[in-house]
Order: sequence, then C-alpha cells, then structure tokens
Amino acid sequence: MNEVDGTAVRMVQDPTQTIPAEATKPEMKVQLRTEGVNFYYGKYQALHGIDLDVYRHKITALIGPSGCGKSTFLRTLNRICETISHTRVEGKILLDGEDVMELDVTSLRRRVGMVFQRPNPFPKSIFDNVAYGARINGLHRQKRIRDIVEESLVRAALFEEVKDKLQQSALALSGGQQQRLCIARALAVNPEVLLLDEPCSALDPIATAKIEELLFVLKDTCTMVMVTHNMQQAARTAEYTGFFLLGRLIEFDKTDTIFRNPSKKETEDYITGRFG
Amino acid sequence: MTNTLSFRRRAVNNVMLSLTAVFTVLVVGSLFVILGYLAYNGWHFLNWDFFTKLPTPVGEPGGGMANAIVGSAKMLLVATMIGVPFGFLGGVYLSEFGGEHGLFPFLVRYTTDLLNGVPSIVIGIFAWTVLVRPRHHYSAWAGGIALGIMMVPIALRSTEEFLQGVPNSMREGAMALGASKAWTIFTVVIPAAMKGIISGMMLDLARVAGETAPLLFTALSSRYWSKGWDEPTASLPVMIFNYAVSPYDDWHQQAWAAGFVLLALVLLVNIIARGVLSRATYK
Repeated sequence: MNEVDGTAVRMVQDPTQTIPAEATKPEMKVQLRTEGVNFYYGKYQALHGIDLDVYRHKITALIGPSGCGKSTFLRTLNRICETISHTRVEGKILLDGEDVMELDVTSLRRRVGMVFQRPNPFPKSIFDNVAYGARINGLHRQKRIRDIVEESLVRAALFEEVKDKLQQSALALSGGQQQRLCIARALAVNPEVLLLDEPCSALDPIATAKIEELLFVLKDTCTMVMVTHNMQQAARTAEYTGFFLLGRLIEFDKTDTIFRNPSKKETEDYITGRFG
Repeated sequence: MTNTLSFRRRAVNNVMLSLTAVFTVLVVGSLFVILGYLAYNGWHFLNWDFFTKLPTPVGEPGGGMANAIVGSAKMLLVATMIGVPFGFLGGVYLSEFGGEHGLFPFLVRYTTDLLNGVPSIVIGIFAWTVLVRPRHHYSAWAGGIALGIMMVPIALRSTEEFLQGVPNSMREGAMALGASKAWTIFTVVIPAAMKGIISGMMLDLARVAGETAPLLFTALSSRYWSKGWDEPTASLPVMIFNYAVSPYDDWHQQAWAAGFVLLALVLLVNIIARGVLSRATYK
C-alpha cells in the first residue's frame, strides 16, 4: 500500500484538502477518518459532507435528534448500508489509511464490527451465536472455537451468567443478556473498531449500566463509535462527541468541550434541551 | 330520540350477528356431515385386507388396495423430488435475491400464481402430451411429475413467505460479522425459517395427495402390482374414482374405505405440519 501516492492523487483531485501523509499511517492516533461523506437514499441526500476522525482506543459518541443521519453515518463505516438497495455513498472513508471502498467488504466487516439497536441474536444456541464469527473466519478446530467463545463471553462480561447453559437457545436470554451476547459475538471476530448503534435504547437502566461498564473495559482493545440518544450516556462514556443535525456534522470535539463549552449555537440548544 | 336510535342499532346488531352465526353453522355443519359420513362408512368397510391385498376380480368378494397405497407413495415421492427443490430454490431466489420490484421477479411471482390457478386436469393433459403420448404408455413417473408440477407454486410461495418472515436484523447481524450474502442465507436465514418451510411443504404434499385429475391420463391405474416405475400404476384417488362410479356395491364399499384412508393420511400430515409450525422460530 503506497500511502504517499494515494495522498498525492487526492491532492491533485482536490487541492483544498491538505492531509499530512503521516496522518494516514496506522501508528497515528486516527484510526478511522471520513472525508466529505455524502449519502443518498435514492434521490434524498441523508448525509452532507461528513468529515470526522475517530481516535484509536477511544469511544466516540454521535448524538443528535432522531433522523439526523447519525445511524446512517455509522452504517456507512462498515458498508452495511449497501444491503439496502438504491443507496449511494460519496466521499472517502479511510480505515488505517486504506479506503474501505477498495477493501473486500467481508474482510472490512471482520475488522469493523457492529452492534445493533435491538439485540439480534440468531435463533441458535448461545455457543453457536458466538462461534458464528469464528467459523466465518475459517476456524474448524473445536478446541480453538471453544476457547474463542469462552474468551469472548468473558470479555463481554456474560460468561458467568451463561457458562452452564451454552447449548440453550440464545432467544431465552433477557434483553440485556442478549445485547451482551451480540457484543460477544462481534468480539469473537476480534474487530479493530466496534460500531454501536444505540446499543442500550432497548434496555433497562441496570442492563445499560452493565453495557457501559463493559465498553469502558473494551477500550483497551477496541476503538468504538457509538450512536446514542442519551446525552448522559455520551457524557459518561465517550472521550469524543460529534453532534449531528439534519444530515450535517455540526460540531466535533472532546466530549467535555461539547457539553460544557460548545462553539456552535445549534449544539448548545440541543444540549440544553431547547429542541430535539 | 336517543332511545329509538339505540333500539335500531341493537336490532341491526342482533340481525347481523344472527346471520353470521347461521352461515357459519351451515358451513361448518356441512363440512362435519361430509367428514362424519365418510368416516362412518369408511371405518365400517375398512379391514386389514385393505392394506395388504390386491383388488379382487369383479364379483369376487374381499381384496384390498395395497397396490394403490404403494402407488400413491411412489408418485408422491417423485412429486416431492420435483416440487421441493424447484419450490425451495425459487422461493430463496424471490425472497433473498429477486427484490420487490424488478421485472423478472414480478414475472416469476405472476406466473407462479397463474400456475397455481391452472385446473389440475390441464396439468394432467400437459403431462400426458409431453410424457405419455410420445412414449405410448402410462407410468408412475408421468403421474409423479404431474403432481410435482402442481406442488411447485405453493412450495415456492410458502418458502418465500417464511423467508420473508425472518427479520432483516438477522441478515444484518450476520453480514456485519463479515459473512457473505450466500453464507448468511444458508447459515442464518434458511435455518431460522426451516420449520416453517418444512411444514409448508408437508401441507403442499397433503394437498396433491388427493389429486385425481392429473393422474387419470398419466399413471392411469392398475389392478396389479406395478413392476418398477414405468408402468401404469394405481393410486388411491384414481381408485376411489373408478370404484365409486362402478355399478358394484362391494366396490362402493372399498371406495369409502379408500376415501377414509386418504382423509386420515392428509389429516395426519396436517397435524404433524402444524405441530412443527407451532414450534417454529419465525412464522
């Protein structure tokens, strides 16, 4: 991969963009960078020129009112948006400096995992749910798969609760357990980035607290981008926060700054509850 | 004023309620009369010989329909081998690959629904034209293929429907883990809908098990064991037809018994299928 060439070509195409070549190198803090991302559902443009940097091993929260495009943006990052027909993405999304549009989509999704709003365990056993990703990765040795399943369940803080019923249906678990199972399932693939689309919106406060605790621990191994409706949750868990409004990224900064000292009036209005 | 209005409302309500009740009782009642009459007569004339013996020559009492039971089973096996793969794969295509709008999926859905409405005797004539006339003899193959063609539309649409019942979040969940579309379909979507698909196929099979018209000019019938699959073969529905229109009393009795056996088989398949379905993950 020749990063310098890629940058040079980009600069020829768009001279206003000046990105230092070293920013696209993996050892830099930025792991995921989007440049001028537009998104269309048919003729309707849902995202307008999103530029955003996601820092390695940090949690980045995306907040904003319903329908502002934050989930849509999240879904462009692992290209799961492509499963809906008549949609189109423009702009660049760089994962460790590599354009995700040029990556093989399945290997991209193994590197960028996703947890959805509603827990969506497969109608299989708890074990098979977590083993699913490992098996996709071509693992067949039972011993190795068992190790990965156990390790992932431990990382998702679910192992103690389910260790005696791994062969039971995942659908019998509570909502909060199902969501942690989905996190374990995503972790089994060992992703570099984990996308979380309102992971707690279907859960009660206790289950929410458990998931937040879990995210805090996962930061050591994983970069996370989380869409949330809950501003307290963003304030509690995230280092960086982006505020979306009507398909635009209005402001992006350290979470503290966004909540205490936002520079844009729209951000302040939303944070203080004047609308949204 | 209010009193008369509410009186009128009550009167209309009572009349409509009575009408719906009367018609429901008429429909369900006649159904039960038919089933009861068949069960009573069929049970009455049913004996062990029916399952184990061949039909006897005219005038000789006794005998059974063992050959027709085996013949029906053979033809239903052929029908399953055609109806299930075509219906299943077609349903997978429509649900997972075809999309809602394209021209080709539209044509497939439209022609399938049309095929479902084609009278069974027309299917029989088609099978006769293609499979029987050029070879100058009737066969279990031809009968089974005719029944298989009849199975395809319902197998296809029921597969499509059960696959559509699997929530999209399952597909997204698997693809977000890096599964390809085909892998997602075969490891998550189809297993989730499997019980529904199987019960749909069973009900479909039960439906064609009672078809007579497609077999009249394809498998014909026979009073003997048929050797192999390439000769005229007896089946329960055609036997019922032949025996019921005959002038002999003991043949009528055997027709009753055959009707009862066919009914019992269909009922059994229905019960099993609904049992499978009631435990299905996604209906």
